[in-house]
Amino acid sequence: MTDATASGPAASPPRRKQSLLAETDRMRKRNAAERRFEIYGMIAVGIGVLALVGLLTSILLNGLSSFWQTFVEVPITLEAERLDPDGNRDPSQMSGVSTFGYKPLMEEALVAYVDGLGVRPDGMEDDEIADMISGEAPAQLRNYVLANPDRVGETIDRQFLANGRIDGYFKDRVSMASAELDANVTPNQLVLAERLEEAGTLATTFNWNFFRWPDASDTRPEAAGLGVAILGSLYMMLVVLALALPIGVAASIYLEEFAPKNRITDLIEVNISNLAAVPSIVFGILGLAIFINWAGLPQSAPIVGGLVLTLMTLPTIIIATRSSLKSVPPSIRDAALGVGASKLQSVFHHVLPLAMPGILTGTIIGLAQALGETAPLLLIGMVAFVREFPDAPPEGLFDPASALPVQVYNWTQRSDPAFVERASGAIIVLLAFLLCMNLLAVFLRRRFERRW
Amino acid sequence: MNDMTLTDRRVQTGDVKIAARKVQVYYGETHAIRDVDVDILDKTVTAFIGPSGCGKSTFLRCINRMNDTIDIARVEGDIQIDGEDIYDRRVDPVQLRAKVGMVFQKPNPFPKSIYENVAYGPRIHGLSRNKAELDEIVERSLRRGALWEEVKDRLQEPGTGLSGGQQQRLCIARAVATEPEVLLMDEPCSALDPIATDQVENLIAELRQNYSVVIVTHSMQQAARVSQKTAYFHLGYLVEYGDTDDIFQNPRDERTERYISGRIG
Repeated sequence: MTDATASGPAASPPRRKQSLLAETDRMRKRNAAERRFEIYGMIAVGIGVLALVGLLTSILLNGLSSFWQTFVEVPITLEAERLDPDGNRDPSQMSGVSTFGYKPLMEEALVAYVDGLGVRPDGMEDDEIADMISGEAPAQLRNYVLANPDRVGETIDRQFLANGRIDGYFKDRVSMASAELDANVTPNQLVLAERLEEAGTLATTFNWNFFRWPDASDTRPEAAGLGVAILGSLYMMLVVLALALPIGVAASIYLEEFAPKNRITDLIEVNISNLAAVPSIVFGILGLAIFINWAGLPQSAPIVGGLVLTLMTLPTIIIATRSSLKSVPPSIRDAALGVGASKLQSVFHHVLPLAMPGILTGTIIGLAQALGETAPLLLIGMVAFVREFPDAPPEGLFDPASALPVQVYNWTQRSDPAFVERASGAIIVLLAFLLCMNLLAVFLRRRFERRW
Repeated sequence: MNDMTLTDRRVQTGDVKIAARKVQVYYGETHAIRDVDVDILDKTVTAFIGPSGCGKSTFLRCINRMNDTIDIARVEGDIQIDGEDIYDRRVDPVQLRAKVGMVFQKPNPFPKSIYENVAYGPRIHGLSRNKAELDEIVERSLRRGALWEEVKDRLQEPGTGLSGGQQQRLCIARAVATEPEVLLMDEPCSALDPIATDQVENLIAELRQNYSVVIVTHSMQQAARVSQKTAYFHLGYLVEYGDTDDIFQNPRDERTERYISGRIG
């Protein structure tokens, strides 16, 4: 201003007249830069969305079929003299008959049924027909008979697992051409399978057992399920929630509201941030050394997995909680202290409720991270092959179990292509769990925020 | 300064409520308050005026030990309320703050209902035995805060939903609900419009019947309107303290004179 008044308006250089309707060169450049940046942004978002869509489609295409399974339904006569030699229908004595006692029964029933329909392809052996049933099916039948001893002597009509290759044929994994080269399946079996499907004996139905059954051996992909893994993951999440939430929140409240700000708390703060960046496998080694080797906790147990994941989740929860405590306006603390609330009262009555949405979101994100964590679990033995279901908690926390991400890892290691489908199915289940947890986080956030 | 004609300006009890001697406050290395001596009277409105950063809010926050919440703040000297040193080691600041209420610059109601805002203090101090008594305290406090008529039908609505002036009166009601003896107000009208300011000022005049009120203000007109005693702070020193009339009409110190005539600040 002072400059202008000193030299006067006449001294300023003559201004070129510029129409507002025409774009100046400078303006054109600026607009072009803006448009360019917009395009870069759209490309970046596009790549991200494309990657996500690609990932989801590939997983869904590969994995959705694992929720369906091919079953054979033939009438089987439960011959009393073979299944219950003592004739007293006592399950404890009937259990003396192993699955090898049930296997021929089923095979004979299937062969007789096929011949009854007259659909046996030319030159097909009895053994070939028998192999169309899963190796797991006799165990299925045995469990059923031991659970219902009264049915012995009757003829039952139940669904039993078809062999994995037969299942694969209906899911386009196995073709006539590949069957020629495959030692585990013959073209005749596929021909018969098609004929049986037309007769309604062979059907593909929704496979609840995928969520209920434990893992199965390499040769029986059709029987492999996620039951133990889901339970193990659930147990671990319970442990993580029960430990990480109270410890994490208490630590953050202390550090944020009570602790003096000095060199020691600075050091702790830096270390917590660093812990969040430590590779998870390091936590696995720590867990192995401390919880298993030193404390003597059992291997493969959800309690150890939960403890390791708690260590891993704590920094996440502490950082999230501290930042949400920090975001509560200090005027609320002043207001509470001003009316004579103690520090504890001001924190618990006023600050914590306001920070709650952030804390819950942080906790659930931490849990979701823990749910998907594989590396530390490999080191503490959760990768073991577990067929036995763990007991109910709290004892069950010490029983061997698997975990969802480890089960995925495990299945991708196996040679049978049927396990590719299973692994993708397990990933879908894992993603569904994560989605549920994120929805819960969003829901809780909304709920707590809507109150005022 | 023509609007200094409040009739009851000379009404004084003469009892000293708060006595401060040689008070020093340090923020880390900064010496924020230097050698402040002041006697604040009971049932009187005392105004602290002075340019920004002169230490008036800092000194106010010494009286209920809110400075304790700032890690780097250090208070020396002697502040007595009714002859008791509030910085004595046996004094619990929480108990002190029940006796010395505070209203802040920005209205800061709790994000709870209007009722809960007022009831919170009495509840944590155990001032009521049952719901009926608590209801009574809430009503009485809201009446004292000149807010009852406006909110009596919506006590369960959030306090944050009120207008700025109403929120500030709610904060005053909240402060008086704990039956304090001293009420500290840190620029209570700086975030309010003239109408809300007027309401709050009338309220302060009434509160004076029961409390010793200390108000920090940037507005000299406000100090002149509401207070009987005025203290002028400058760069951490208490420059001049006396009857409001004297301060505004016959300031003894040159700095006071320059400030009230608008040449500094």
